[in-house]
Amino acid sequence: MKTKAALVAATGFVAIAATAPAFAGETLDAIRERGTLICGVSTGLSGFSMPDSEGNWSGIDVDFCHAVAAAILGDSDAVEFVALTAQQRFTALQSGEIDLLSRNTTWTLTRDTALGLNFAGVTFYDGQGFMVPKELGVTSAMELNGAAVCVQPGTTTELNVADFFRANGMEFEPVVIESLEEVNAAYFAGRCDVYTTDASGLASIRATVAPNPDDHTILPELISKEPLGPVVRHGDDEFLDVVKWTLYALIEAEEKGITQANLEEMRASEDPTISRLLGTTAGNGEALGLSEDWAYNAIAAVGNYGEMFERNVGADTPLALERGLNDLWTRGGLMYAMPAR
Amino acid sequence: MTQEHMHAAERPPALSVGPLGWARANLFNTWYNSVITLVILWAVIQAVPPLINWAFIDAVWGGGEPDACRVEGAGACWSFIGEKYRLILFGLYPFAEQWRPLLVMVLFIGLVVATMRRLLWGRSLIAAWGVSTVVMFALMYGGFLGLPFVANSYWGGLPLTVGLSTIGLVVAFPLGIILALGRRSNMPAVRTLCVVYIELIRGVPLITVLFMASVLFPLFLPTGVTIDKLLRAQVGLILFAAAYLAEVVRGGLQAIPKGQFEAADSLGLGYWSKMRLIILPQALRISIPPLVNTFIGFFKDTTLVIIIGLFDLLNAAKTALTDRAWAGFYMEAYLFCAIIYFAFCFTMSRYSQNLERKLRTGHARR
Amino acid sequence: MAVDTLHVSDRASLWNDPRGRAIIYQVVVIGGVVLLFWYLISNTMANLERQQIASGYGFLDREAGFEISESLVSYSAASTYGRAFLVGILNTFKVSILGIVFATILGTLIGIARLSSNWLVAKLAMTYVETLRNIPLLLQLFLWYGVITVSLPGPRDPINPLPGVFLSNRGFIIPVPEAHLGYTMAAVALLVAIVLTVVVNRWAKARQAVTGQPFPMLAAGAGIIVGLPLLAWLAGGAPVGFDVPELQGFRYVGGVPIRPEFAALLFGLTTYTASFIAEIVRSGIQAVSYGQTEAAAALGLRKGMILRLIVLPQAMRVIIPPTTSQYLNLTKNSSLAVAIGYPDLVHVGNTTLNQTGQAIEAISIFMAVYLGISLGISFFMNWYNRHIALVER
Repeated sequence: MKTKAALVAATGFVAIAATAPAFAGETLDAIRERGTLICGVSTGLSGFSMPDSEGNWSGIDVDFCHAVAAAILGDSDAVEFVALTAQQRFTALQSGEIDLLSRNTTWTLTRDTALGLNFAGVTFYDGQGFMVPKELGVTSAMELNGAAVCVQPGTTTELNVADFFRANGMEFEPVVIESLEEVNAAYFAGRCDVYTTDASGLASIRATVAPNPDDHTILPELISKEPLGPVVRHGDDEFLDVVKWTLYALIEAEEKGITQANLEEMRASEDPTISRLLGTTAGNGEALGLSEDWAYNAIAAVGNYGEMFERNVGADTPLALERGLNDLWTRGGLMYAMPAR
Repeated sequence: MTQEHMHAAERPPALSVGPLGWARANLFNTWYNSVITLVILWAVIQAVPPLINWAFIDAVWGGGEPDACRVEGAGACWSFIGEKYRLILFGLYPFAEQWRPLLVMVLFIGLVVATMRRLLWGRSLIAAWGVSTVVMFALMYGGFLGLPFVANSYWGGLPLTVGLSTIGLVVAFPLGIILALGRRSNMPAVRTLCVVYIELIRGVPLITVLFMASVLFPLFLPTGVTIDKLLRAQVGLILFAAAYLAEVVRGGLQAIPKGQFEAADSLGLGYWSKMRLIILPQALRISIPPLVNTFIGFFKDTTLVIIIGLFDLLNAAKTALTDRAWAGFYMEAYLFCAIIYFAFCFTMSRYSQNLERKLRTGHARR
Repeated sequence: MAVDTLHVSDRASLWNDPRGRAIIYQVVVIGGVVLLFWYLISNTMANLERQQIASGYGFLDREAGFEISESLVSYSAASTYGRAFLVGILNTFKVSILGIVFATILGTLIGIARLSSNWLVAKLAMTYVETLRNIPLLLQLFLWYGVITVSLPGPRDPINPLPGVFLSNRGFIIPVPEAHLGYTMAAVALLVAIVLTVVVNRWAKARQAVTGQPFPMLAAGAGIIVGLPLLAWLAGGAPVGFDVPELQGFRYVGGVPIRPEFAALLFGLTTYTASFIAEIVRSGIQAVSYGQTEAAAALGLRKGMILRLIVLPQAMRVIIPPTTSQYLNLTKNSSLAVAIGYPDLVHVGNTTLNQTGQAIEAISIFMAVYLGISLGISFFMNWYNRHIALVER
């Protein structure tokens, strides 16, 4: 009996496992079959991905998920968001729990190779910086010897800050707490002198968590390069292409002056590049395995890259970030779409 | 004789009865007790009025704006709870649909209250639990009769805490029984396996089991097969609970007199009939109070899922604190959670003590 | 049927022989477990290979690259992952051992207070126990950490209750004696004094058992423990210098800092576990029949002596086993450090796991260490339990 029970349990286990959806290598089909895109986002970083009191997500990373869902399914709301800690994000993607990781993740060689992931591009060029309370009177990161530094674990941030202090012969006391909320709380309570993370993250935290944003200043030094982008599993080139080209479509839309508002008019445009992008001239959709209006849907959902940027982190938002490196290449930034033809 | 009568009619001295007498007997019975009483009274007078001022008199009640709480001299900011209680109680569940988890909680608490009445114990109660579980899951997921589908990554708050602990215990219970029987088995291989499992799990912190569930389970499954984050945490909790329940059941088994085993053997019952009909009904009855205690511990332990990023009650409260407008009211948020946890755990522990007394008299009468 | 079986037992099929059946069962169970493990392991190997995740413990020799805020051994970002794990393990030991000591003292006091004849004391103790027991430890830790970091002032404006002692949201900084031969000698003398006290205590007990003559052990012990270090300190030149902390730039230089993370964890673990130990102590004392107390009183023993000589030794036998499991719980609960940023084993291991991606290795190290600690405490407490167990005569 007992062995029978054990056998039943074992077969039950296998049965559960076997009935679970198997979709490695066929992400696109799985998304279509399910009718939703499962998108991994952060647990709460204003401007990037953040739930409001009513549980609605917003932010650049969230918008990008909407754009991909619109491109694949034609419905920008067909997204399920999974909030992930820094530690869980890669496991969630590797195991297939999520389709797409859009969680301000830095593109590094190790992650691209040893972790079995592929980066689909860069949605935000960033660098690690320091934020200090103004009352300390610190103007440069070189004055931080002996400071207590708040840092989130499980990130490249922790290593960069150790490298920086080591390279400059300074010491610091790390305050490393697992949850983002708790690190924020510790810094604003005065547990640390310095908060370090990506500069955009600092701006976000200063704008939305600080009791009084004017009391804090972000130091000029950036101690690392942090290109943040959407990530997919290694080995599914079809889906990688879709994500990559959705990003390029958003950037190209900005290059060509296509916005959410003038999208309909642009459909009638004579410019062959625009009509190829928006699907009036067929071909691109078929090549990607999507419907021809994929880019049209994506832009209709979130606007072009510039609109997405301004809406979430731009000058009129609490974060008030400059375009800087994230401006189009034509204006001195790094955003450059490969030709969609 | 008359004198004795007169003595009996006299009232006892005022200092040995009534409030004064009570105080003398219980507060000032020795010189050091008097000193301690006075010190405590002094401390209470120092501490309690400011506390009451903070929590009630100076507190800011109702909805309202956070600015009202930032006024100099303002006490507890209960309007923070007024603003955020839905986020704390139901997490990220879609706002318009939160009547569903609310209904689930009402149903659940109704069932628990019913289960606490021993009169109702029986098959129909088990059936009620079975049906309600299906109804509760249907309500949470939706996707029928016009109810929008809500994926379990949006579940949170109290329903998540209660669900993880209850389902964990219910599923772990049969596993625990099997492990307990295995540990007392005569078969060395089976016994060793059970002992190794139980001691291994009991020897490590829950957090490592949850890490394992969160990070390692995906590696254990075949390529392309996934189970979601919530289910993984649930499986981790079940594996953990099973080892502790096994020890509770084993305690019950050990309390059964050897005569019961021998009597069952002499009736010619096989191992499983003996266990099912004679031993387990008695053993499990004895195990109920420690079982409730295990459940209390388990209920508190579900807070650890915060470490793997699930939005349980505590994590939802922390999320509510991330709103800048209301930042800094951590004391109110934590107290609110503490009161909820306390209400659940205290009720259960009182119930368990009560039950223990009743079940004991049941034994004595035989 | 039973009779049949008896008759043909010598050539019964394996299935009808209880022993044979037991063997079959066990083979099937072991086979099932082996199959399950084989299934899991083969999946894991396949997944590791597919995802190109490195395996093995080789990473322990690589440079960790991250800093750890407090350490009992020297550590820097240039140290290895193995060293980082060692730091984490030692920090786990530190907080667990201190937690066990404080929780035992506090728990015993509160357990006795619950039985106090003073109504106020008994009710206060009860309130303490019921409140702390019924609120999740993690919530309490968050609360204590919040109290320290939010409610205490910043390091530039600390509370200064005693000269040289600073309380701020950076922790508690206390002065320590500066390095001097006199202090070293005093410390060594203290160790010697403790050993000496134990030896004298044994001798005194043996003498009392043989001759019935009591020995003023309390006075003698106190004399040895206070006097010997004092003499050593005097002999070492009676230094009075203290290493007084002073704010320099961002931090205090000198003194010993007790960091907020450590303080909150230790305080939370101590008060939480004490509430359980208090209940154990109370039920242990109540388990000693009241006749024992009355008999002792009839012998003319005073109240304190009754508790110390008659009740507690008997209560200990009831108290030890459940207290052992509380000690184990405290040690395991110290892993909640990760939530408030105290660098214990799980905290350091978690960082390592994130940096290297080698989850299996990191989690196996956690489990091995905690199992080791659990077994160690179990063995010690079992030994102690046997030592004090009732010897039936």
